[in-house]
Parts: sequence; structure tokens; C-alpha cells
Amino acid sequence: MADLLNLQGWLLVLLQTVLFVLMAPLLTGWLRLLKAWLQNRSAPSLSQPYRNLLKLMKKEVLVAQTTTPLFRIAPYVVFATTVLTAAIIPLLTVHLPTAAIADVIVLVGFLALGRFFLALASMDAGTAFGGMGSSREMTIASLAEPAMLMAIFTITMTAQSTNISQAIDFLLGQGLVLRPSFMFALLALMLVAVAETGRVPVDNPTTHLELTMVHEAMILEYSGRHLALMEWAAQLKLMVYGVLISNIFFPWGLALDNTPHNLLLSFISLIGKLMVLSVVLALAETVLAKMRLFRVPNYLNLAFLFALLGMLSHVILEAGA
Amino acid sequence: MTIQWIACAVLLSLLSGGVGLGASYYRALLRWACFPLLGLSGLATVIAGFLALLGDPVSTQLPLGLPWLSWSIYVDALAGFFLILIGVVVFAVAVFGPGYTREFQHGRHSLAALCVPTGLFVAGMQLVVIANDAFMFMIAWELMSLSSYFLVAYQHEQAANRRAAFLYLLMAHIGGIAILLSYGVLAAFSDGFSFELLRAAELPTLWASIAFALAFFGFGMKAGLVPLHAWLPEAHPVAPSHISALMSGVMLKVAVYGFIRVVFDLIGQMQVDWGVIVLLTGSASALLGVLYAMQQTDIKRLLAYSSIENIGVIFMALGFAMIFLAAGYPKLGTLGLIAALYHALNHALFKGLLFLSAGAIIQQTHQQSLEHMGGLLKRLPYTGTFFLIGCLSIATLPPFNGFASEWLILQTALQGVVLENGLLRIVIPVTAAVLALTTALAAMLFVRLYGISFLGQPRTRQARQAHLPSFGMRSAQGMLAALCILLGILPAVAIKIMGAIPQTLRGLPAPEITGQGWLWLTPASAASASYSAPLVLLGLALVWWLSYFLLHGRKHQQVQRVPAWDCGFGPLSARMQYTATAFAMPIRRIFKPVWLIDEKIERSGDEQGFHTSGLRHQLQVSDRSWKWLYLPIGRWVLRSARLVSRLQSGNVRTYLSYSFFTLLFLLWLIS
Repeated sequence: MADLLNLQGWLLVLLQTVLFVLMAPLLTGWLRLLKAWLQNRSAPSLSQPYRNLLKLMKKEVLVAQTTTPLFRIAPYVVFATTVLTAAIIPLLTVHLPTAAIADVIVLVGFLALGRFFLALASMDAGTAFGGMGSSREMTIASLAEPAMLMAIFTITMTAQSTNISQAIDFLLGQGLVLRPSFMFALLALMLVAVAETGRVPVDNPTTHLELTMVHEAMILEYSGRHLALMEWAAQLKLMVYGVLISNIFFPWGLALDNTPHNLLLSFISLIGKLMVLSVVLALAETVLAKMRLFRVPNYLNLAFLFALLGMLSHVILEAGA
Repeated sequence: MTIQWIACAVLLSLLSGGVGLGASYYRALLRWACFPLLGLSGLATVIAGFLALLGDPVSTQLPLGLPWLSWSIYVDALAGFFLILIGVVVFAVAVFGPGYTREFQHGRHSLAALCVPTGLFVAGMQLVVIANDAFMFMIAWELMSLSSYFLVAYQHEQAANRRAAFLYLLMAHIGGIAILLSYGVLAAFSDGFSFELLRAAELPTLWASIAFALAFFGFGMKAGLVPLHAWLPEAHPVAPSHISALMSGVMLKVAVYGFIRVVFDLIGQMQVDWGVIVLLTGSASALLGVLYAMQQTDIKRLLAYSSIENIGVIFMALGFAMIFLAAGYPKLGTLGLIAALYHALNHALFKGLLFLSAGAIIQQTHQQSLEHMGGLLKRLPYTGTFFLIGCLSIATLPPFNGFASEWLILQTALQGVVLENGLLRIVIPVTAAVLALTTALAAMLFVRLYGISFLGQPRTRQARQAHLPSFGMRSAQGMLAALCILLGILPAVAIKIMGAIPQTLRGLPAPEITGQGWLWLTPASAASASYSAPLVLLGLALVWWLSYFLLHGRKHQQVQRVPAWDCGFGPLSARMQYTATAFAMPIRRIFKPVWLIDEKIERSGDEQGFHTSGLRHQLQVSDRSWKWLYLPIGRWVLRSARLVSRLQSGNVRTYLSYSFFTLLFLLWLIS
């Protein structure tokens, strides 16, 4: 594992992780801006998510009497796992030393670890909302995770590597090939991303209506810097899925070598890809209404079906060809 | 040296059982003799296991057995691995035992009835692993089954416990018969019963398949594969908790050992079809196990069903290994085998930990139902922390040990593209998806288990009054939790030590998983997949520390504690919390056909339904296998018994004539 001793590689990892973390609120802000435009409202400024986070960090922390230390550990675990996920996804450059440390399955594992602590922390205070959010989140996740893994397996089987850098490198090397399996995998991953990041039509991040909340019900007891971490982690997770989808299915523009020129080009193409993706999401959120909770399994079954079709079409049509 | 250590271990556990005979009169013997001897036996087993795993296989003849059939023992790397597994959990149980059995010492149960079978049970498991002939294997196997029957029946004053113990005994023996017949098929093609001769036997494919089917049935029944699992969720919860830890953590693994020994070693050949059968049965067990576990409210029943899930995962990995071996990919076969063994070891550790912790909870609260727990983390901080580590491990989250083995299994599955058979190439990824679904559901299951029992507010007075368990109990849990973390962070080191197993078992190539040093797991090649648990942990700690330092480091203000948000409706009570049943409700609704659900809602109030004065909700979720499999078989057995009973006239002359005609028939046969 010679990559490990490459100082330049590590600096790039550091740079792209910091960039990832700092850009996440911007993506959320941009999404809100788009939605406001689409819905004919006057939009908040792009810096609003940053101001919210800063405000929360300055505020006093209130902790429910019934909670245990787990409640206060959880935000850090959730944030740390999400940052680690961001650190292994190629954002600007393909060759990351971190990609060898944790492959795509570990990436899904990181997200699961964060979710595990989030769900536990929400049950810690012993309120009805916490248990409700936790139960719903875990239900949705337990159906979304296999669909996501199936979609990812389709890609890794094509690239013959679960190392995400290697896989993207392989896909870039292949040039523009239209694979039916990838179309299905893309659809599946987009459906899963909407469910996992708690967007309409699965969950609504802007609601506090008790009957429909999922994510908000879980973080109801949090305040101050803990809440800031939780919110930031959620924004980061949205960005993780956005970058994952855009850089796996549309890897063009990613820098193969680390010259400043290529990195800049890669950054510009990334912005472009994310902007297009967020337009799709904003449109969907504006057009669709939130589903009833018990229709979500059907939605996720659809994602699973797409993922399965993708895998089958890979095995039948593409493998060995 | 290995032989001496293992002999020492077996004698110590027998001695522990023997001393236990007096425990009914001298109660202190339990504390000061039985458990210490058992602990020493566990240590000796671990030492013998390491010697065998790192050294060459050793064998010897015992001065026991029949004149023409003396017992012999053989300890190779595989046996050594399972000896370590047995020894570690036995040692933890011996440390845990004195504190846990304190209440039995003042109870009305005979302590000898606990000590003697425990010693025999451990000795039986040790002997199964080292047996080198079918004869000794079966005797040790029966010793293990019978002694554990007495342990399951220990609290026999409740009819439910007696029924569970009977079911266990019955199914253990049906399985035992199948194993015996499997050995019989093998022995028919060889000159004797020793494993060397069985190994050398050349079987036609048909008979090899029959031997495989019988072995799979027999060992699968003991391991608790669906649909042969019915005894497991009945027997495990009623045994004392330290025995449940032994049964779930170790005895099921001994069945896995038996399966590997017979199918990978003795039968000698391997068919792709067998692998597919094992893989599909394993997938069904994994998925149904976790779904059934999700609906349990009894903490030990839940853990028992979760054992079914994990055994399913282990058999899935074995199925992958068998398919790859039969298709001519020995390297991938090694990978699957190592993944299965590693998961078996990990499951022994975290399931042992969880059952011991469940024992501590039950001892402190006298409750087995999750609905009566809550808020235990504040009362039992050590048990709570260790239990959390166990939950994180079993929910297969990085960087704990369950994740490392599950990752290897998924990596094995992803290598399925190399196979030529188109159907297999589809089946293997689909089973990988089933494994992913199982894992995700397991995470939900353990959020539910931990969240309902340890977090929130206490739901009963007993849960509120729980106290710290004894030091011994806590240290046993702590030891297993530390091992879970250690095996999670350094999987490469553990797998390197296990590296000799495939070589000595079948002459397979050594695994390449640890080819890149102790930091890395690389199942196939460094380019295709790699995972470094130590670096993951380092990264996690780094980001954690950084975010903590940046947000919190400078100002040290006291965090203000306030009541939880009650929507402005006055104080929250413990009854307003989500219950375990409610938590699992979405899953119950989504996977409805899996269970037999009997739900009744009775409403009392006025006729029109405007005003409800009371609601009664009754819910019973049960296993479908009873209705579809066990009850029909039971009825069939009764009906045929009734037919046979027509022969029984009760008249001596009739019986004499039966004997006479049988004799005539036999004489005619041999003449």
C-alpha cells in the first residue's frame, strides 16, 4: 500500500475533505434558493445555512434530564462518520489514498454507524417523538440500504473493484459507454438518495408536523452546537450522495493527475454537475407531495427493483462481453 | 504438548462436573471449585487451541473404547481454532458464573443439577472438536446434547420450560440420527470408523450426496437453520443465562465445526449443487431469523433468533466457499471459508457478551420482557457500555468485529462474477442483496433492543431499582467486549493466525487476505478491494477530536439540564415512550406474510364510536414454521403411532406368536 506514504495525496485528501465540509451548507442553500424560485417565493440568501450553523454554535446547549452521556456523544459520532464518508469519495481528483482504507461497502457502513447512533440518541430522552423518529428512520434505512448496496455492486462488478477511486478510474478509462445496467443503477441510487437524505417525497426536512416527521423527530431534543453538528452532518450527507451520483455516473471532468489546472477544471465541472442534480431534486420536491409513511416501502421496493434489474442486466448483457 | 493441554482441559471440566456433585450439600463448592475449575479448563483449551493452530496436526490413540475400536483424537488447525473459540467463551462464563448464580444458591434448585451437566457439557464440546473417529464423535456429541438438555430443564417447575427442554431433546436426537446415518454412509465405503479411513473412502456421487444431505440436516438442526430451528428460540431463553451464552455462542459453532469437518474434510468431493443448497438455506435463515427476532419482546428469545440469523450468515459464507471450491476456484473457496470461520468466532464473542449481559439485566430487574425495561444505562453503566459494544458489533458496524467478517463475506460474494454458470452468477449477487437486507434489519433490531432496554425512562419499578452486578460479571462482559473491539480493529492479525486452517483441511492455498501486512484486509488483490480498520478508527478519532476541540474545547461551561420537550402538555411519563412492539410495527406491516399474526382490538365506549372509554389491544406474533412444518409432522407421527398400536393387543400369546414368526422369518432370511 505505497499510496499511504504519499504526502501530496494526503494534502489533497485534507483539501478536498475541508472543501466538502465547507461546501455542504452551500449546496443546501442553493437547493432552498431553487425551490423558492420554483415556488414563486422570495429566496433566502445563499449564506443563510452558514449563518444558521454559526448561530446554533454560539447558542447555549440544553440537554434533557432523562438523557445519558450517549446523547452528547452521538452528534460527534454522526458528524465524524459523515466527514469520514466525505473523505473517501473522490471530489476533485481520482487518486485518493483514503479510498484504499475504506471501500464502498465501508462507506455504507459509515453511514449506518452514524444512523445507529442518531437513532439511539433520539430514543435516549424517552419521548414519544424520539422513538417514533427512530423506528421510522431505521425502517426506511433498512429497506434503502440493500437497494443502495445492489446499485453499488453493479458498478463495482463492472469495474471489478470496490475501491471507489479504482472504480472511477476504470470508468474514466472506458470513455463513454452506454450501459443499461448503469441506467438502472442510477435510477435506484437517486431514489435511495432521496430516501436516505430525508427529502420529499419520503420525508420533509422543513416540517415539524408530528405525524410526518422522521429526521426532525429524531433531533427534536438537540440544541446549540449539538444541533449544529447534526444539521451540518445532514447537509453533508446530501452532498455525499450528490457527489457520489455525479462522480460515479458522470465522472468526466475529474482530475486524473493533480496539476492545479486539472483540479480547477474538475472543481468547475463538479459545480456544474451538482447544480444540474439539485435542479432535478428541487423540481421533484416542488412537483411531488410527501408520501404516506406506508407508501414509502413501495417506493423503496421500486428502487430495489431498479437495482436488481441493473445487476441482472449487467450479469446477462454485459459480463464477459 | 497440545495433547497434554487438551487432556488437561477435558479433565478439568470433567472434574468441575464431578466436584459439582457435592454442591448441593456444600453450596460454597459452586463458587470456589466448580467455576474456577471450569475457568482453568477454558484457559487450557485456549492454550491447546493456539498450539494446534500454530503447530502441526497431532493425533494419538486413547486407552478407551472397544477392543477393536479404540478412540483416537486428532487436533489440527481447524480443531485448534474451534478450541480457542470454546475456551474463550467458557473462560468468560466461568468468570461470570459465581456472581450470576448467587441467587440460585439461595433458591430451591439443586446446585448439583446445574454444576454436573455444565462440566459434562463443556467436556462434550471439547471432545467433539478433537474426536478422530465417528464413534467417539457421536459419543461426545450425545454427551453435549444430553447434558445441555438437563441445563435447559434446570428450572423445570414451569411447564413451558419442560416443554422447551423436551422439544430440544427430541430435535437434538433427530439431528443426531441424521449425523449417525451420514457417518454410516461414509463408513459403508471404507474399512472402519476412524476419520483417516472415512477420508480415504471413494464415494460415488449419489452416495456422497446422500451423506452430505444427512450431515447438512443433522448439523443444520443443531445449528438452528430455518426451518429446523424451532427448538432454538424455545430452549435458549429458558436455560440460565450463562448456559444460554454457552449454547448460543459455542454449541451452535460446534455444529458448524461438525459440518465443516464432514463436508469439507471427510466426504472429500464437492458439488456445486450442495453449495447452492447451503447458500439458499443460509440466506433464508439469515433473513427470517432477523425478521423473527424483530418481533420478539423477550430479550433472550430475541437474542436466540438473532443467533439463527448469524448462523445463516455463517452458512451463506460456507455456501459461497463450497460453490467456489466445486467450480475450481480454490483461492476464493479459501476466502469464503476464512470469512465463515471469522464470523463464527466473532459471533461467539458478541453473542456470548450479549447473553451474559442479558443475564445481568435479568438478575438485576427480574424482567425478561423489553417492555418492562428502560433507562438501564444509568443504573448499569458498565453492562450498558459493554452491551452497546456488543450491539455495535452484531449490527455489523465499522470498525467492530462483526463488520470485518461481514465485509469479507460480501467481498466473497462479489467474486461470483468469475463463475461460468449464468444462473449462479445471478443467484450469488441476489443472495448478497439478501445479506445486505439482513444486515440493515439487524441494525434496526439492535437499535430497538438497546434503545428500549437501556435508554429512555424505566418502565417498571424493578427497572428503576436495578443495581450494579458483581465485579466478576462485569469483568467477564468487559473481557468479551474488549475482544470484540480487538478483533474488529486487527482483523488482519487474527486472520493471519487462522491462515493454516484451509491448508491443513483440504490442502487449499493460504488466504491472501493479509498479503499487505497487519493494517490491511485485501480479499483478492490490493486494487480490487481493501479495508483498514486501524486507519478507519484513527480517522474517526481524529475527526471526533477535531470537531470536539473546535466546538467545545475553549469554553468550559456547565451544560444546563432541562426537562425533555413535552409539547407544553405537562410532564412526560414513562408510558408515553415508544414500546418495543410499536418500534417494530412498520416492519411487521411491511413483511406481513412472514409471521402468523393474531391481532385483536377491543373497543369499549358508546355505540356510535364518538367516545372511547377503553381499548384492549392483543397481539400475538408466531413462527409460521410450526403451522406449516412441525404440527403436520406431529399429527402424522401420532396417526401412524395409532396405526401401529393396533398390533398391541395386550395379550401375551399374541406377542409370543409375533416373536415366533419373526424368528421364523429371520431363519428363512439367513438360510
